This record gives sequence, C-alpha cells and structure tokens, in this order.
Amino acid sequence: MKRALLRPLIVTAGLLFAWQVLVAVTGVPRYILPGPLRIAAVFATHWQTLAHHAGITLVEIVLGLVLGTVLGAGCALTMTASRAARRWLLPLLVMSQAVPVFALAPLLILWLGYGMGSKVTMAVLIIFFPVTAAFYDGLRRTDPEWLELARVMDAPPRAVLTRIRLPAALPAFASGLRVATAVAPIGAIVGEWVGSSAGLGFYMLHANARMQTDLMFAALALVVAMALALYFSVGRGLKKLVYWQSEEEQEL
Amino acid sequence: MPPAAPDIRLEKVSFSFPGTVLFRELDFHIRSGCWTCLLGPSGCGKSTLLRLISGSLRQGVSGAIFFDGTPRGRGQTAWMAQKDLLLPWLSVLDNVLLGDRLRGRVTPARRQKARDLLQAVGLAHCAGDLPAKLSGGMRQRAALLRTLMEERPVILMDEPFSALDAITRTRLQDLAAGMLRGATVVLVTHDPLEALRLGHRIHVMSGAPVKMGPALQPPGDPPRKVDDPVVAGLHADLLGRLTGAA
Repeated sequence: MKRALLRPLIVTAGLLFAWQVLVAVTGVPRYILPGPLRIAAVFATHWQTLAHHAGITLVEIVLGLVLGTVLGAGCALTMTASRAARRWLLPLLVMSQAVPVFALAPLLILWLGYGMGSKVTMAVLIIFFPVTAAFYDGLRRTDPEWLELARVMDAPPRAVLTRIRLPAALPAFASGLRVATAVAPIGAIVGEWVGSSAGLGFYMLHANARMQTDLMFAALALVVAMALALYFSVGRGLKKLVYWQSEEEQEL
Repeated sequence: MPPAAPDIRLEKVSFSFPGTVLFRELDFHIRSGCWTCLLGPSGCGKSTLLRLISGSLRQGVSGAIFFDGTPRGRGQTAWMAQKDLLLPWLSVLDNVLLGDRLRGRVTPARRQKARDLLQAVGLAHCAGDLPAKLSGGMRQRAALLRTLMEERPVILMDEPFSALDAITRTRLQDLAAGMLRGATVVLVTHDPLEALRLGHRIHVMSGAPVKMGPALQPPGDPPRKVDDPVVAGLHADLLGRLTGAA
C-alpha cells in the first residue's frame, strides 16, 4: 500500500526536477515557462487569493456532481420503471449527446448570469449523461434468470426493481459516476473561462492576460490537485457502495 | 415439506419459437409426490417445459396446465437453475430468505428456519458471508435451501447439479432427494446416471415438435446408490434411448 503511493510520488518529484533543470539550462523566460520553484514561491505569496478562488470552483464542481448524479439516477430509474417515460426520454437523451455542451456555455451565462448558477448547470449537463447512460444500461441488463427467479417467487415488480435490478445496476452506476467525476471539473472551468468574476478558471484567464504565467501554473496545479482528490474520494465511496465486487472487477 | 403435492397435467400445450415448433398439442402427466426426470438432447425444450409449468413463460402458449385438476395458482412452484443465482450483495442467510425478502415478509420465525436449514447442511458458519466466499458446491447448497424455503409443493429443477464435480454432485443429489421427499419434483438433466439415481419416472424427450418417450420406472426408492445393480443395468438402456433421440 505504501509502495503504491510512493511510486507516483517519486515519478512526480523526478518530473519536477527535470522541469527545473530544463528551465535553468535553457534560460527560457519565466512568462513562457516558469520553473516549479518559482511556481511554489508564487503559490506561497498568493495562497489566500488562490484558496478563495479554489473554494468557489470546488463548490461548483461538487454541486454539479451531486445534482447531475441525482438527476441522472432519477432519469435512469424513471425510464426503467415507466415504458412511456422510456419512449419519450430515450431519443431525447441520445440526441442531447450530439450537442457540444461547451457551445452552450455562452448561452448559459446569458441566461443564468456570471455567478455560480451557470457553472453548476454546465457541470450538471456534462455529468448527467454518463451517469444516466451507465445506470440505465445497468438497470436494463439484469440477469434474466434473476428476474425469472423473482417471478417464480411471486415478487411484486416494485420489490424486483428495488431489491434486484437496482443493486445489480450499482456497479454500472459506479463506473458512470467515476467517468462523471473525472469530467466534472472541465464543466466548471470552461464555464468560468466563458464568463465569470471568480473561480480558478477566471483566475487563470486573469493571470494569463497579465503575463503572470507563474500564477497560472499555480492555479492549474490547484485544479489538478482538486480533481485528483475528488476522483479518489468518490472512488473510495463507490468502493463501499459496491462492496461485493472484487478489486479487479472495479477497474474501469 | 408442505402437504398436498399436486399432480400436473399438460393438455394440448403448444408453443413455438420463431422458426421452430417446440410443442404441438403436447399431453403430459406428471405424478404427484414423485421425482420426474426429463432427459433429451440440448435445445429440445426441456427448460422451456419447466418455464411453462412455472408460469414464467406465458406469451404465445396455448393449451392448459392443471395442478390437481385446477388451473395453476400463485405460490405453487419453486425453481432451481444450473446457476446458483445467489445475489452477490446479500449474505448467504439473506439469499436463503430471498423469497420472503422480495415479498416483504421476513419474520424472526422464518429467519430461524433459514438458520436451522443452514445448520442442517453444514453452512451455519458462513450464514453471514457473501456468496463470493463460498465454493461452487456450497453455493448450490444455499440455492437448494432458498428453493426449500419457498415451501412450494412443486419443485422445478433445471440441471441444478451439472456444474459441480462428481463427488459434490453425488452429495448434493442425496441431500436434495432427502429434503424434497414428498414434493412433486420435475428434474431436467443431461446425465442419465443422475436421472437413474433420483427419478421415480424418467422420460426421454426428442424431436421437434417434442415427443415424450414412455416412462422408465426404475424399481426402489431414490436416491439409489451409484453401484446399485438397477442403476447399472438401466444405464445402458437409457443411453440407448438417448442416442436414438439425438
């Protein structure tokens, strides 16, 4: 376990070292490529501002993730439980996949303003589909023999849904949510790029315009750290949710 | 076991899959309280016949199926398949109680009964474990208990022992024969030896639409021993019938 953690740390340290050497040897100007030491220094002096913006972006991502998951799971369940809902929603869902969500960002900002609403919506839109698609697929693919067993046991349809089909679909749901967690930060950041007054995406654009490349890198490092932390904590939670699956089965 | 195991009568039952007529006006009688074993080549409709009897297949079926002369009602059949069909997220105990859980009627008394059954077949120590921890034979024993817990007078078994190794299979056959005594059991199998050990009546199915061969009734009470001369003697005969059917 310790070794598994040590390896990526060593690799990261090695890469940072190589980067620093590259910067020192080539003498590349720091508004093009600042070295890691420089970025760390900027990080320390601007810590409070960075933390403020990071907090906003994190709230956007988490809200988007929660809402997108709830909506996606609800949609998948509705389509499973009701034939009519399936007929009406499924084509709509498939078509909605063809819409490049990022192209909607300017519209969302026009409608929902520069605040968090538009970014959360953006994240929700990005998360919604992988969760719905994976969960719905899982719900549809229940082992037919389990269903037959339940029928012979005279199980009411509701119990079949909640006690067999739903738990059987949880592994699929978990892999959908894993994908969603990986893409959720993209929605929030792109939303911030298009129009906002706060958040790490905004801060990066702001620093970029002033040639503060080192600050941009500091913000980027924070985004990466946040995305990784989120991914791994969601992954841990999901492991508990599908406790009966072995490690190999949980790999993506 | 619950009393009053019914006899089952199929009258003019017809059913086809697209492209093949599986049953055409099939008449078949299954004696009450007996083990009826069905043998036949793959795809001849043995499993489908079980589905017709259990009522899980209704669409496109014509004809009538009577239990003791009345149309089949709810709660009369239990089904055991080749796969154990244990739910991987439930403990062994909860799997044995699956029927009650699905119908929303788990009582302490039923829970105790399930525990007693687990005790009786030597699975008490893993009542709380997930099925993934169990061996194939243990899992199928749990599946047998789940079937038993249903307390249905008609038990439909679809090659329930075929995925097990020879020794585990023999043990489980003996266990099932003991625990299901008195019920009307229909056992689909590929294994003539299994049929001869367990069956009161053995039919070989063949052709499309299906023809039911005449009942072979080995003397003596099942489970018969593997080295029982009756079993050995009839084995060749039954194999001959099967080869003719294929």
